Amino acid sequence: MIKGKKLQAPGQHVFLTGFSAIILGLLAGAVLMALIGRNPFSGYLYLFRGGLMNIKRIGDTMATATMLILVGLSVGFSFKTGLFNIGGAGQMLMGGLAATFVAHRMNLPRPLLLVMIIFFGLLAGAVWGIIPGFLKARFNVHEVVATIMMNWIAYWVVYYIVPAHLKGPSLETESMSIPAGNSLRMEWLSRLFNGSYINLGIFIAIAAVLIIKFILDRTTLGFELKTVGSNRFCAEYAGIKVNRDIIISMMISGGLAGLAGMAYYTGYSLNVQIGVMPSQGFDGIAVALLGASTPLGILLSGLFFGLLQAGKGFMNAMTKVPPEIADTIIAIIIYFTATSSLFLRFFVRWSKRRENVRQEKAMAASRKEDV
Amino acid sequence: MWHIITLVFPYAIAYTIPMLVTALGGLYSERSGVTNLGLEGLMLVGYFACALFIRSFESSFYAWALPLGLLTGMLAGALFSLLHAFASINLRADQTISGTAINMLAAALTVYLARVFSGSGNIRIMMGIVRSDVPVLSKIPVLGPLFFSQTYWSTWLVLAIWGASWWFLYKTSFGLRLRACGEHPSAVASAGVNVRLMRYFGVVMSGALAGLGGGAILITYSGEFNGSVAGLGFLSIAALIFGQWKPLGILGATFFFGLATTVANVSQAIPQLAVIPPMYLKIFPYVVTLIALVVFSKRSAAPRASGIPF
Repeated sequence: MIKGKKLQAPGQHVFLTGFSAIILGLLAGAVLMALIGRNPFSGYLYLFRGGLMNIKRIGDTMATATMLILVGLSVGFSFKTGLFNIGGAGQMLMGGLAATFVAHRMNLPRPLLLVMIIFFGLLAGAVWGIIPGFLKARFNVHEVVATIMMNWIAYWVVYYIVPAHLKGPSLETESMSIPAGNSLRMEWLSRLFNGSYINLGIFIAIAAVLIIKFILDRTTLGFELKTVGSNRFCAEYAGIKVNRDIIISMMISGGLAGLAGMAYYTGYSLNVQIGVMPSQGFDGIAVALLGASTPLGILLSGLFFGLLQAGKGFMNAMTKVPPEIADTIIAIIIYFTATSSLFLRFFVRWSKRRENVRQEKAMAASRKEDV
Repeated sequence: MWHIITLVFPYAIAYTIPMLVTALGGLYSERSGVTNLGLEGLMLVGYFACALFIRSFESSFYAWALPLGLLTGMLAGALFSLLHAFASINLRADQTISGTAINMLAAALTVYLARVFSGSGNIRIMMGIVRSDVPVLSKIPVLGPLFFSQTYWSTWLVLAIWGASWWFLYKTSFGLRLRACGEHPSAVASAGVNVRLMRYFGVVMSGALAGLGGGAILITYSGEFNGSVAGLGFLSIAALIFGQWKPLGILGATFFFGLATTVANVSQAIPQLAVIPPMYLKIFPYVVTLIALVVFSKRSAAPRASGIPF
């Protein structure tokens, strides 16, 4: 059986682990490009240019990072409580579906409509997260399997609800588009970034980072959740209501993924496609791991993975390297983050050896002085 | 109604087989003490390698291309699973995360390579297993039409592996040691058994069998590699838990999923089922899994040391 555990690397080595994982991931990506006879240097050049070369592309990178940051927060938050929320995809789908309904059906002034879109996206994701949370707390059902089941339930719900209630004019497989005036896109923002599809979602993501940081660092709830995550039995002994905290943690985690779905479907794509699991739901795991589950780390790693994702299309157009190289690099980075103990061991051995050399020198020097 | 059942049954079995063999692979890994969340990815690797082999050699090897393709899928799965084995056995990495990395890596890498070989990311094969009746047995009333008509030979292969695995895990001393590694590794180690080696064996078996599962999808009902095994690997993990980490339980659980999914897929063609909204039929297997997990998780029979580095 899969055991819940504290899923992060120890303290001060976090940055080092993340950094070396990135380097190794990029190196492995270079090898893969070279193996199929492409030039890795031009591959990476176009990959990064695709994400950064002008103000529009920077905007697009941030728009892509929006969902990654929010799902990353979702996964990272549940990690802190010792839970592994692998249900980001399903929570995104439900959050997005609810938000899309609001955007199409509620006739409200713009500011109020936006509030409702955000609220219902959050709510639907939270509901989708609270179910596995409850099953875990009450019946000891492992959250990994439960959230995977919830993903598929969401997949089929969207598959049948969208054509029945939100059918687009031409295609059976997607909902009708949300008019720009009902979406998260803002004219001033798009103009500022030269026609990019950046939208209000990025501000929601940044706000979420700050709020989650506040909850984790400054509130009793955050302290309790972290305690449950580091030692469930100790927390129970200290009188913390562990089961209640598990449900709350999964609710907040699901709500964050719901926000990601809301940002994706009402700010980024402006419609819901059926038969597609949003891949950000899984990429969020990578974001959380690389960011060591800390809100600021997740913000940075979300931006980095957003850069890879946003740049891959341009690279593919310019060099014939398949765009999946970006996902491959991300996966390799995660593998190396998971095996971080290897680097830590190397680092510890290396710094010990340096320490030994230093001590020997110092001893030798003091011996000389004695003579 | 009987006619419908005989029509649905062979499809249900065809759908069950890849899950069954994958879950069986998961059983080896978990029993040896390593949680393997990467079954979906390992299936995908086998699916891809099998497709690539058959596409490359079907015009020169003819009938041999299919079994050799399955073998290639198993080898590829076994090799890929070494990544998980190394991370979880030697590096004491978090096995849940390592398994997730395997899934992500397999999903990205296979499509990346498929694009290089075929341009589109899909690999279509010309050949597939021809269904055939089992001689004599298919003439038995009731059972004949259900189990022995229009079968794939891969089905019998997987059932044979299932039977052999049961015998191996429960009737040999090697099997006993393997299972002990998942319950009390330090006791096994003090008896002089190399726990790490046993766990390697468990993980590699899971890779090979999941690879076979992926290959079985290709040569029976799919006919092309399309970059996804549609969650069958995850369902196999659920079946492993549902089936309480026992061969017979796994057989029952995977067959239940196979039947439920097939019924949902063909429901529109059957008047008695067409009255039920298809959405309910589609989510039925997943909802039932959740309910089954609620029932079984309280007194879980999971190998006690599974997921804990040794």
